[in-house]
Amino acid sequence: MTVSLAGPEIAKQIAERFPEIISEISDQAVVVKSKSLFEVAEYLKSSPELSCDYLNYIAATDYYDYFEIVYQLTSRKHNHSLMLKTRCYDRSQPAVPSVVSLWRGADFQEREIYDLMGITFTGHPNLKRIFLWEGFEGYPLRKDYL
Amino acid sequence: MALKTEPFMLNIGPVHPSTHGVFRMRATLDGEVIVDIEPVFGYLHRGVENLAEERTYTGIIPLTDRLDYLASMSNNLAYVLAVEKLANIKVPERAEYLRVIIAELQRIASHLIAVGAFLNDCGAFFTPFLYMFREREKIVDLFEMVSGQRLLYNYMRIGGLSQDIPPEFLPALEKFVEQMPDFIDEYDRLLAKNEILLARAKGVGILPQEMAIDICASGPVLRASGVQWDIRRADPYSIYDRFEFDIPTGNAGDCYDRYRVRIEEMRQSLRIIKQATKQIPPGEIQAEVPHLIRPPAGEAYAHIEAPKGELGFYLVSDNSIAPYRCHVRAPSLINLTALREIMVGWKIQDAIIIFGSIDITMGEVDR
Repeated sequence: MTVSLAGPEIAKQIAERFPEIISEISDQAVVVKSKSLFEVAEYLKSSPELSCDYLNYIAATDYYDYFEIVYQLTSRKHNHSLMLKTRCYDRSQPAVPSVVSLWRGADFQEREIYDLMGITFTGHPNLKRIFLWEGFEGYPLRKDYL
Repeated sequence: MALKTEPFMLNIGPVHPSTHGVFRMRATLDGEVIVDIEPVFGYLHRGVENLAEERTYTGIIPLTDRLDYLASMSNNLAYVLAVEKLANIKVPERAEYLRVIIAELQRIASHLIAVGAFLNDCGAFFTPFLYMFREREKIVDLFEMVSGQRLLYNYMRIGGLSQDIPPEFLPALEKFVEQMPDFIDEYDRLLAKNEILLARAKGVGILPQEMAIDICASGPVLRASGVQWDIRRADPYSIYDRFEFDIPTGNAGDCYDRYRVRIEEMRQSLRIIKQATKQIPPGEIQAEVPHLIRPPAGEAYAHIEAPKGELGFYLVSDNSIAPYRCHVRAPSLINLTALREIMVGWKIQDAIIIFGSIDITMGEVDR
């Protein structure tokens, strides 16, 4: 059975290495500041205690005040999973670091979020629309899209 | 005098029998050899995730049917598991057993099409495909008995199933489970050592183990590369921890291994069905849930081992009758990430079977 690591447990591991980047801790997830996302993700992947080598999915949600991006990571070695989150408060030009260089499976998923939610992933090798056509106006999954 | 050459750009698809739906591969060719390939999709994009935000939790079930339309029951299951996790609903035992039986039958049906279409791509034009359809037809008949539908079943409900199985279902199922191993042996005799299949598929389109994990592949694509990872075993959902079954894996990660893994998985599914039919208890098939479900505010992710890989639903609830956000983790889309890596360097006729061996459904890729 894959053990879902609780938020405080993950936060403890991250805080040892990166103080002052955790902005919120919930029961099942940790929210980190978007500018340090890549470093945290790299640590979660390479640390022997966590070794999250598999990225289940990336999803983005629009909460009006901010966009929340969720990363579900699994370690096949320890059979545990954890939920990492980051938030983007800038509505006009939201941007978060890309994790494609850590997990290549993020490639199409980040393009999908860019396409439908309008969040830029800095460092993505080929960031362009994936489902909709070039020149489509707006981002349909945003809550203010009509 | 050296002949002047230049790369040639060729569009394969979007409407082409070997692309299994509306899918386009923009290939750059050097003679017959592929030097670059870019998958282009979105032709079947219907905005399911957005539509789901405007429907009640029960009203989304028919939408999930239309994701991977060759495995509707599996999509139903993944979705209802996510809602049950979110709203903390307990499902009656009988419904759990029926769900497992039906999900495994669906896996066999989906793999039959995957293998049949793959052999079609190899050049065995429609002969094996029709053999596979002969068996799939029996599964579709079983599903018609329980749900009244033959493709988009809309059978599972939050907290159970829409209706109990009719009396003729179990005898028909037993007959099918008894006959099916012989049919799988028949395919094996015809195909496993077939010289043409070996020549076309062995060593072609190799996906190494590290790359399979890196691109977050799942399902038979991951297991054919030698990774023993099956969500039914690693993170058992429903009642999968009660059954004995093996996880078939490949060694080379080539097209042939992906084909073999699917054939072996069908045998394992039959093993699970056999155990489940013996243990199935009488009783209710639906938990008591309100007509309009309002899960408490929060979020949940539930995933299952669907025929094509890890199918998951990430739901966010704001305590209203419709989800605030419904994200689908589609195995077909993520498995496609490997396409460029495993296709470059092969000839154009190999590209067709490499694509066929991944087994995707466009309804799920584009959503």
